Amino acid sequence: MSRRLPEVGGVYLQMEDEIASMAAVIGASYGGVKSMTATSGPGFSLMQENIGLAAMTETPCVVVDVMRAGPSTGQPTKTSQQDVMQAKWGSHGDYEVIALAPSSVQEMFDLTVEAFNLSETYRCPAFVMTDEIVGHLMERLAIPSPDRIPVVHRKQPTTAPPDYLPFRSGKDLVPEMATFGAGYRFYATGLTHDETGHPQTDSPEEHTKLVQRLCDKIRKNTDKITKVERVFLDDADVCIIAYGSVARSALSAVVEGREKGIRIGLLRLVTLWPFPDEVVEQVGEEVKRILVPEMNYGQLVREVERCAGRHKVTFLPKLGDALHTPHEILTHAIS
Amino acid sequence: MSRVHHPLEDYTRTGMIPHIWCNGCGNGVILGEFLRALDEMKYDINKLVVVSGIGCIGRISGYTHTDSFHTTHGRPLALAVGIKAARPDLKPVVISGDGDLFAIGGNHFIHAARRNLDVTVICSNNFNYGMTGGQSGPTTPIDAYTTTTRYGNIEHPFNLAHLAAASGAVYVARWTAIHVKRIRESIKKAINKKGFSFVEVITPCPEEYGRRNKLADPIVNMKWLREVSVVRPFIDPIEAVVQPDKIVVGEFVDSEKSEFSDLLWAKTRTIQAALEKEGKLTNVAL
Repeated sequence: MSRRLPEVGGVYLQMEDEIASMAAVIGASYGGVKSMTATSGPGFSLMQENIGLAAMTETPCVVVDVMRAGPSTGQPTKTSQQDVMQAKWGSHGDYEVIALAPSSVQEMFDLTVEAFNLSETYRCPAFVMTDEIVGHLMERLAIPSPDRIPVVHRKQPTTAPPDYLPFRSGKDLVPEMATFGAGYRFYATGLTHDETGHPQTDSPEEHTKLVQRLCDKIRKNTDKITKVERVFLDDADVCIIAYGSVARSALSAVVEGREKGIRIGLLRLVTLWPFPDEVVEQVGEEVKRILVPEMNYGQLVREVERCAGRHKVTFLPKLGDALHTPHEILTHAIS
Repeated sequence: MSRVHHPLEDYTRTGMIPHIWCNGCGNGVILGEFLRALDEMKYDINKLVVVSGIGCIGRISGYTHTDSFHTTHGRPLALAVGIKAARPDLKPVVISGDGDLFAIGGNHFIHAARRNLDVTVICSNNFNYGMTGGQSGPTTPIDAYTTTTRYGNIEHPFNLAHLAAASGAVYVARWTAIHVKRIRESIKKAINKKGFSFVEVITPCPEEYGRRNKLADPIVNMKWLREVSVVRPFIDPIEAVVQPDKIVVGEFVDSEKSEFSDLLWAKTRTIQAALEKEGKLTNVAL
């Protein structure tokens, strides 16, 4: 990106640490541009403080996290899916984010665009949560011409500066966003604030109203935001729910199973957060068993259990820089 | 009866007034002199962004009627880097405290100064964490009493002016809250300076630091600042000490150096010009 961004009229800078990177991303976004940063687990941990600030100040921004194995320094450059819960719960307080999980090089491209568009639409941090395997893949990539790439920009104020209330929203719960330097002279703070942006730290009502809006603007649009891929699910008895590189192994397992006459299907989660509750609930009703292979010791499987019921769900963990083999997944799916 | 219009009303987010600061606090002096400086400079208020951190002075970005951002603790300078990188036409002014800028935010301070980011930093140095109960911080003098140094502080404090100069700041000045007009003049110079400018203001904190160090009375506190202040213009900042018996004040650095956002965007322009010459320019609208 250091090479590419100046070529297309942008700038790239390397900050002193990931705390600063996330802060700079927020500052740039308030300056009216699209801004992003990329990291892996330990850096993602450092960014959580200002990810909370981005959620509170409703800053459109994108973070790419190429997941590696932890805790702590763990296994540098080795694969995992161990930041999935950190993406949702990493900063303190109640807030919602959007997290997408690419399974291929093509999706790395497509979902990064999608992450920007979603973050601009809903004014929240959006994450591209991939893993080391996808991160190091080399495969075919088709880049559409720029005019064929949908680009969403945040809503601009429809009122003149004196009447602009920076945190007032309409029915969609997403406020219009002015840009620094455009004459609006507005105030953003990480403190609980009202529609004017002024702190309201002693008001239970204002705090409730703000936190509910920050969450509901995402939760109430879960259907619009979430994407899944259904493969051979219509008549399936067994469903594998997977995401990222694990979904590639799972797809091979499903194909192998079908060749053997087993009624097995795949639900690939493209969106991790907000979690597609209703889709997983529905699948839980349709199939007899669900297998959740993850490269961690039990993260997104908890969401699947919450939606589909614990009795139907089997978890297949994988740790230590190894990907589940298709055979392994198939064996556990039918055992 | 017609309402009296305060001369600084246009620069003040009046809905946020009254401010939260205690009687005798020096933060009001900083706010007043900052706004007077803007007024006297006839600065284009739409092109200036006030960024603050956490602590008593952190609330200042709410009181200035500018574009303003009240960030997380210690991070205003990191956020200002992003603003300036995206919008070189804007001038960020970071106004924050000694704890915010030099304890939790110390790393960002030295790196922003090293880059020579075009930013003015105004530091309210009150020797302690006033908002959270008067704990010791990176500027607490040796032997001073705070809630976390009950038997006297044993740690050597930072000399902020020296630190700023050593980190690469192109303008460095220190005053105390009694040097009202000099603060204003330094703020004007700092804002006009292209690059990293630093104005330290030694600020009374009667309620927290003062109560534990025989400076609880604001008048006594101000008199103390007058007695111990010594003006030494352009003395080597390493010798510009801040001690209970001597506070060296003045302008210490005033120099020129190429600036971060200028260089950053010059690269982009050069690379784009070369591509255009080859007919290969694809400018993606952000």
